[in-house]
This record gives sequence, structure tokens and C-alpha cells, in this order.
Amino acid sequence: MVTQKRRSKPAVSTVAVSIVLGVAAIYFVIPLVWVAIAATKSTGDVFGSFGLWFSDSPQAWDNLRQLFAQDGGVYAQWLGNSLLYSGVGAFVAMIISAMCGYAIAKYSFRGREALFSVILGGVLVPATVIALPLYFLLNNVNLTGTYWSVLLPSMVSPFGVYLARIHANASVPDEVIEAARLDGAGEVRIFASIAARIMVPALVTIFLFQFVTIWNNYLLPLVMLNETATFPVTLGLTLWNSQTQRDPMFYELVIGGSAVSAIVLVALMVGLQRFWRADLTAGSTKG
Amino acid sequence: MRQQSRTRAARWIFITPFMVMFGLFFAAPIVYAIVQSIFAEKGSALGFGPPETVFVWFDNYSRAMSDEAFRESLVRLVQFAAILVPLMVVTSLTLALLLDSGRALWPRFFRVLYFAPYGIPGVVATLLWGFLYIPATSPVLEMLSTIGIEIEPLSSGGVLFAIANIALWVFAGYNMIILLSALDAVPAELYEAARMDGASAWGLIWHIKLPLVRSSIILVTVFTIIGTLQLFVEPLVLLPLTTAIDSNFTPNLAAYNQAFALGNPNLAAAMAVIVALLGMVFSFGFLRAVNRKGNRAW
Repeated sequence: MVTQKRRSKPAVSTVAVSIVLGVAAIYFVIPLVWVAIAATKSTGDVFGSFGLWFSDSPQAWDNLRQLFAQDGGVYAQWLGNSLLYSGVGAFVAMIISAMCGYAIAKYSFRGREALFSVILGGVLVPATVIALPLYFLLNNVNLTGTYWSVLLPSMVSPFGVYLARIHANASVPDEVIEAARLDGAGEVRIFASIAARIMVPALVTIFLFQFVTIWNNYLLPLVMLNETATFPVTLGLTLWNSQTQRDPMFYELVIGGSAVSAIVLVALMVGLQRFWRADLTAGSTKG
Repeated sequence: MRQQSRTRAARWIFITPFMVMFGLFFAAPIVYAIVQSIFAEKGSALGFGPPETVFVWFDNYSRAMSDEAFRESLVRLVQFAAILVPLMVVTSLTLALLLDSGRALWPRFFRVLYFAPYGIPGVVATLLWGFLYIPATSPVLEMLSTIGIEIEPLSSGGVLFAIANIALWVFAGYNMIILLSALDAVPAELYEAARMDGASAWGLIWHIKLPLVRSSIILVTVFTIIGTLQLFVEPLVLLPLTTAIDSNFTPNLAAYNQAFALGNPNLAAAMAVIVALLGMVFSFGFLRAVNRKGNRAW
């Protein structure tokens, strides 16, 4: 019915709406276009030529080779570290918060609402409040500076529990659980082979959300890590950026490194955005 | 009965892993910060021997609040929220309504495009915008200046807007997706009925769409408020580019500075707790204000 209406609307408003959306599109792509073009230039041309067009002597390949050769290929290691922190952290976070959210949704027990409120309160705490004291706590047990100091805190996702509970409530029928029980299936088996399968859209959303959160996190690795070999890409790029004043050559590396990590993530976002079930987050406040 | 003990065991199996991790890496740091914030390291009375840890009540809090630079950073944070929150809500809502209006060419294309910056880390987004904010490298400033508009994004008057713009660029598309899926969930019959009653496009937005996605607007607003409190990365990365930013620019920067540059973790803890309290006051204050009409959304 809506599509019928669309056809009968005057063309003028289509043009007006599309112009506004087009202007917004320019706003959202300008920094990305700029960095893609700047990555093909020498430092001199980055400062000396018009930013939205190529220079006379493009050197994209040289820049790329230099990016991955600098400091014994540390950039590739940073990308790998980011992938490790985000992939492993998000995967574990997905599993443990899905189990917890499912249990809160499907078992009634005393203190259930209180427990959920505490977890929900966690969503409202700014991450920066956690990072500083966490450094001093982990320092006491000599974990700072290790992969674990970034990996372990990344596995906690209160928001994931919240999403899992909402989704388990809405989509895992009690009758199915009862029927499986009558067939003699254990609780863990019911969760792993029935509920988890129904909850796949929520699981994917939790994974993606946590993946992006960890990938983009800066403060936690900044306070925890001190060796460049353990840095994620965000930390590595600011390290190089701090060296531009000593040696302007580092501008090429910062720009090239930003371009590569931006392209990787944007490709990931665009490819995965149809799995991104925002209706889970949107519907969540209605319940 | 066997059934009951079985589900009880299962419940613990499911809940324990999360609660252990939550306790160790989430609750413990908060408790630790609060405890740390009421102690201080004092040199021993005679001036030698190791410093002692002394219980000082709210000394660190009053020290933080009497520190003019820290007070200014709190004010700046509130100003920043006053800029970013309305800007974010209006922008993401406008984009969502336009894409939902059914009058856009290629709505799916625009939707993906606006969402893409959400994947860019704040650090990288700030590096990129940093280049677009300095005249030597910015094609945007160059084009504006050829038509006679001279702006200095990193001047002391513009820098909060410059930072708000970065946050808007990263998160507007994400918030738009949240609002769009709420709009998608509105049953089409409602629109039909409203049109039968002669509602205009504006009437449709004002009387049907906005009230029905109200809870998602609130969600976006609260997320943005919490997001503004995190303000740390953007000023840190922009700091070398301008004199308008110093190491106490935001409360988080000030706390980080106290903890690591000035070696005062107790004062830093008090500052972090103050930021968290400020966030709670704002978030709950906002939720109370919008829920006053008995129309609970959270």
C-alpha cells in the first residue's frame, strides 16, 4: 500500500528529498574520499596539492609498500592484534552474554529483576570510568602489558545480556523448551542446540556490536599496553602520528595506515550491515 | 522436584560465566575507584620512610572541585553535550524520516553509506577530520575560502563544534538505523487511516511517526549523553594541532593526566567518579523528564 502511494506522489518532493540525502551523502564520504586520495600522495603533495584530487605523481603502491615495511612490518601486526582482540573478545562476549540473557529470560528465580537491573546499570557506565581503576587492579596481579589485559575486559558486554534477554523473551517459545524437556534433553543441550539457533540474529548483533566496540576502543589499550608489538591499530596510528613532528615522512604512514584500516572496516560494515538487526536495539525499549 | 534442581543447576551454569567476568572487570573497578577516591598517599610525618595510605573522606572530591581547570572541563563537557545531543538527535531523525518517506531515490544505498562511518575508530575519524580542519591540507576550507567564507574549526570558539562534528559523523548513521527500524515497525494501516482522515505529510510525521518511535528517540538520546561523557580520544588527538585544547580539556583527560602524568591515582579516581555521577544525573534526569507524563519508555 505504501508503494502505491509512493508512485502517486509528485516528482518535486522526490527531487527535494533526494537532494537533501545527496548532500548528506557528500558529508559522510568526504573524509573517506580525502584519505583514499591522500594515500596516493607523497607528504609534500598532501600539503601542496588540492585534497580532493590526485597529484601529478601518484605513488599509491610505494606508500602501501612502505606502510607494511616500516618497523619490520609492525602495521600488519597491529591489524592482526586488532583482529585478535575484537574477534576473540566479541566471540566470548557473545557466548557468555547470550547464556546469561537466556537464563534471565527463561528461568524464574528470586533476585532475577535485581540482577538484570545491575547489569542494565552497567550499560550506563561510561567505559572511561572503568579503564583507569582497572589498570591499577590488573597492575596488582601483573597482567598489565599483556594481551590478556585488553582481551579479558573486552569479553564483558552488559548490552549483550540486555539484547539476549529481549530476544530470548520474544522469540524462544516456552512450549519448545518444555517439549525438549519431555523428550529428555538436558538444559544445556536445549540452549545450545535449540535456543541458540533461534537466537542467531541476536547473537550476530551482539557479536558485531562488541566487535566494533573493541576495535574502536582506544583508552583501554592506551592505559594497559606499553609494547608496540601488542598494540591494536588505533594505538599504533597515534604512535606514528606523534612522530610526525620529528619526521614528516610519518604523515604518509599515518594517512596510509588510516586509509587501509578505514577501508577494511567500511568494507566490513557495508558487507555485514544486512545482518545488523537494529530492530533488536530499537524494539528493546518497547518491552 | 528433580526437574527443579536440574533447572537450578542449569541457571547457574548459564549465569556464572558472565557474572564472574562482570564482577572482575566491570564491578570491581568501579568499587575500587570509589574506595581509591576516599584515600590519599601521604608522605610519612618525618619525611622519610614509604608514604602511607590515609583515609581522607571527601578530600579528593573537594580537591577536584576546587581545581579550576577541572571545573572548567566539567562546564566544557556540559556545553559539549548541549551542542552534540540536539544535533545528533535532529540529524539522525531527519535522515531516518527522509529515508522512510518513500520519496527517496536509492534509499538502501544512502542507508549503507551513512552507516559506514560507524566502523571508523574515533582515533582514525579524528585524524581524518584533523586534516580537514587545518588550512594546509583541507580541501573543504580551501573551497569555502574561494567563495569568501573563512572559518577556523580549531580556534577556541570553534573547537567544541569541530569535535561535535566528528562524533556526529561517526554515530549519526548508527542512530539513524535504530530510528529507521523503529519506523519500519509502524504498521502501514496506521498511515492509510491517517491519510483517509486527510493528514498531511507533516501531520503524519508529527502525530503518528514521532509518537510511535518515541522510545527509540529516547534510547538514541541516552546513548548520546553517555557517549559525550566518554569524550577523550578526539581532544587528545587534536591537541597537537591547536592551542585551544590543553591536557585538562575534558574531565577524562584531566583524570588520565592525574593518574599517569602527575602520579595521583586517588585524585584521578575521584574525578572519574564525578564524571560517572554527572552521567547518571543527566541520564536519569532526562529519563524522568520524558517519562513524567506517565508514559514510561524505559
